[in-house]
Amino acid sequence: MNLMPLLGLATMVLGFALRANPVLVVACAAVVTGLAAGASPLGVLETLGEAFVKNRFLALFLLTLPVVGVLERHGLRIRARAWIAGLRGATPGRLLLLYHLARQGTAALGLTSLGGHPQTVRPLLAPMAEAAAERESGTPLSKQARDGLRALCAATDNVALFFGEDLFLAFGAVLLIRGFMAEQGHLLEPLRIALWGIPTALAALLIHGGRLHRLDRKRKGPA
Amino acid sequence: MIGLAWIYPLAGLVFLACGIRAARNPRHPRRWSGSLFWCLLALLFLVGDRLQAWMAGALVLGLALLAGLGGVKGGDREPGDGEEATREAGRLGNRLFLPALAIPVLTVGLLFAFRWMSARGLNLVNPAEGTLVSLGLACGLALFGALRVTGRGPGEGLGEGARLLDTIGWAAVLPLYLATLGAVFAKAGVGEAVASLLTRYLPLGSPSVAVLAYGLGMATFTVVMGNAFAAFPVMTAAVGLPVLVGTHHANPAAMAAMGMLTGYCGTLLTPMAANFNLVPAALLELGDPHGVIRAQAPTALVLLGLNLLLMRLLIF
Repeated sequence: MNLMPLLGLATMVLGFALRANPVLVVACAAVVTGLAAGASPLGVLETLGEAFVKNRFLALFLLTLPVVGVLERHGLRIRARAWIAGLRGATPGRLLLLYHLARQGTAALGLTSLGGHPQTVRPLLAPMAEAAAERESGTPLSKQARDGLRALCAATDNVALFFGEDLFLAFGAVLLIRGFMAEQGHLLEPLRIALWGIPTALAALLIHGGRLHRLDRKRKGPA
Repeated sequence: MIGLAWIYPLAGLVFLACGIRAARNPRHPRRWSGSLFWCLLALLFLVGDRLQAWMAGALVLGLALLAGLGGVKGGDREPGDGEEATREAGRLGNRLFLPALAIPVLTVGLLFAFRWMSARGLNLVNPAEGTLVSLGLACGLALFGALRVTGRGPGEGLGEGARLLDTIGWAAVLPLYLATLGAVFAKAGVGEAVASLLTRYLPLGSPSVAVLAYGLGMATFTVVMGNAFAAFPVMTAAVGLPVLVGTHHANPAAMAAMGMLTGYCGTLLTPMAANFNLVPAALLELGDPHGVIRAQAPTALVLLGLNLLLMRLLIF
């Protein structure tokens, strides 16, 4: 067995340890792996270029930025805050729990593009959660508390998306599993793959939802 | 037929705007190197298909050097919510929500419309690219709506997009680099090498050890590659199919689905999953670039443990 290609993985680990810029680490790992596998320098460049151009679709989420930027400049985040500040009973924990349920539920129906960091979390969810927290405490948040709350907003979007989307039959992961397993001689129904995602999806909801539920109690705290 | 080839130039324009914006700002901390980074990236999106593969590869390495040597740093973080925003929020009211909500609604609506048409034999859009084409078109339409609501010109759209892109910085392109690395790894046979190491040195005769090796391998490989999709074929071919299914008679559907989700716990923990972890930290202007990972870690670690237990109980 030729173990030379593992030099690329070693490059990744070393780069991590040295805290080098991840883009540079990944590019170096690609070059090292290619050369270690015996490709010529020009061949390595060709593989890099071909693969990068083919994978450009991964950057298309950035197309939401112009819309979000214009709306923010004209007060979208301020409106979102004002709306939540007027709702009685809106607490950060309840708001995020509601968002988690809605996001995981819609993702399970295949509607993954209903949320996301540039289009929902930054302009809407984060300002709303901050407004709810400030409304509850009656004072502006400290920078530390604000950052923590914002990070939790992004975390909630990720957890709800990841463990919702694979309950959907036509989702990429289900199709990838089906395709790979079929190649290896195991024909699986997409429905059976999706159904086996349910235990983990419920566990994710319980664990993360429990954290969100405790958030309000912790905020009210010992005061 | 409309395909991604129509959408890439739109992204190229936003990158180009970001490059021009940096070059025109004398107070930008990385004025020229940052500008060069965005302009070269724009080139890959505007004419990437027409470049020789080795030239595109050279650009890819050049971008990595610019980013790696500290040449790409966010410009001044202008607060989006100044006095102007407060005044405008009062003037425009809830109409501001419409274009924001239009992006997801239009994306899903267009996707279903294209599917409906292709089921009737009218293939307006390449079916394999339906979601992304719908997203691109929805963003264009929503931008049109946003400019109508606010009464501004298209230049403001590009300018504001460039402002946010500058805040994200190099993290915006990390997913592309990882996908590229994945292609190189596949060609070089990294998966087979990992598999031969694991099966040689671990006591996989015990079902519990085999579940741990498969699950933790999925999570670890995902942390390194930033993507569970890259880990799945490697670990399933190395441990999942020969050991769990072959020796221990696990249910293949249950093993594959739960193995993939174990990998997702790794995605929540790694800076390599830039668009889920680093990009939002930049977008939310957190002081700590790993703030989102820290917020996710308790959920991810507990879920990882519970999921390994569920696998041990359910897949055999």
